[in-house]
Amino acid sequence: MIRARALEKRYGDKRILRGIELDVGADDFLLVTGPNGSGKTTLLRLCAGLAAPTRGDFELGVSRGRIGYVAHEPLVYRELTALENLDLYGRLYRISERRERIGMLLERFGLWDARHERVASYSRGMLQRLALCRAFLHEPDLLLLDEPYSGLDGEGALVLDRELTERAPRTAFVVATHEPERLRRHATDLLALA
Amino acid sequence: MNYLADVGALARKDLLLELRARDTLPAMLLFVVSALVVFHFVLPAGSSDLAATGLLWVALLFTALLGLSRAFAAEREQGVIDGLVLAPSDRSAIWLGKALSILAFLALAELIALPAFALFFRHIDGTLIGGVALADVGIAAVGTLLAAMAAASRARELLLPLLFLPLAIPIVVGGVGASVADDPARYLGLLGLYDALFAIICWASFEYVVTE
Repeated sequence: MIRARALEKRYGDKRILRGIELDVGADDFLLVTGPNGSGKTTLLRLCAGLAAPTRGDFELGVSRGRIGYVAHEPLVYRELTALENLDLYGRLYRISERRERIGMLLERFGLWDARHERVASYSRGMLQRLALCRAFLHEPDLLLLDEPYSGLDGEGALVLDRELTERAPRTAFVVATHEPERLRRHATDLLALA
Repeated sequence: MNYLADVGALARKDLLLELRARDTLPAMLLFVVSALVVFHFVLPAGSSDLAATGLLWVALLFTALLGLSRAFAAEREQGVIDGLVLAPSDRSAIWLGKALSILAFLALAELIALPAFALFFRHIDGTLIGGVALADVGIAAVGTLLAAMAAASRARELLLPLLFLPLAIPIVVGGVGASVADDPARYLGLLGLYDALFAIICWASFEYVVTE
């Protein structure tokens, strides 16, 4: 699904990534670790097709509509409600039975009661739950998760644990995290960035 | 049909955001009315209608610039543009949806601005309204593309006017010409040609603006 050889990414004179080799299959779970500024987010953006490599070979074997992406920011409109945000994405992703799917995800992630509230009033943890709902909405084949547990409370983290366990056998994952212990049992490969 | 559905969903979202946040249209309305009031006192008594018409176009252009500077604010602040770019819909739908919402904001601002102009300066006729309508299409088309480019830059407040104003010169020439010339058809034709040409260019190039 993802293949990279001698991948390099620079922003101006600053080299962010260098010599990255990747092979991510359809049911692989790649864990990406490394300190702040080591290029984890940049690597995920490359995998999402949101950034282009400066040098090296990079092949992405999945259309962008089959990618689910959780970034540092939730990628939702603050002045819209959770329901309106997910409905917009549901329309753009042409999800059949959109309302049922949105309702199921909101309930699963504990946001059903807050579905009519504007996202601006959400806590950090609720925003992260909504970001996960958005990323899972279209049942992607490739999930790119940047610090997916960030902001989640214990209950939210357990819901995410369940989702990952359920999806891991049929979805490719690239997950950037500072806390690899929680995800190590899913991981089929580990990439430590310096 | 899917393409139009995407455009409709994106434009509807922008109108809903404006209805909730009210951070663009009220500013445009206040600005255009304030500018016309100031121009009313700036022009000496007995000034020609030609000068007043020119000032109307200055007010409309800068009102549009104000709206354009806010066009991608929500997408920039929340990083939503990445989410939209990743969606499987054609990326030009993002441009068209945004351009339609800007067109709606411009039309609403002019709904107040043109009667105010008639009150302070001179009567407005069909040719002037036609010129303004055609100019709006060009402003929305070009302005949306440039606003997206500027939104990705740190110097966005400086970059947008620097990019937009030179490209808006044909709009001003066509608009003022259509408003005051004896043969307005030529100028309306110029505006129509500008709209068609730049709409195609912006539609085709938007994808390269929002991706690396």
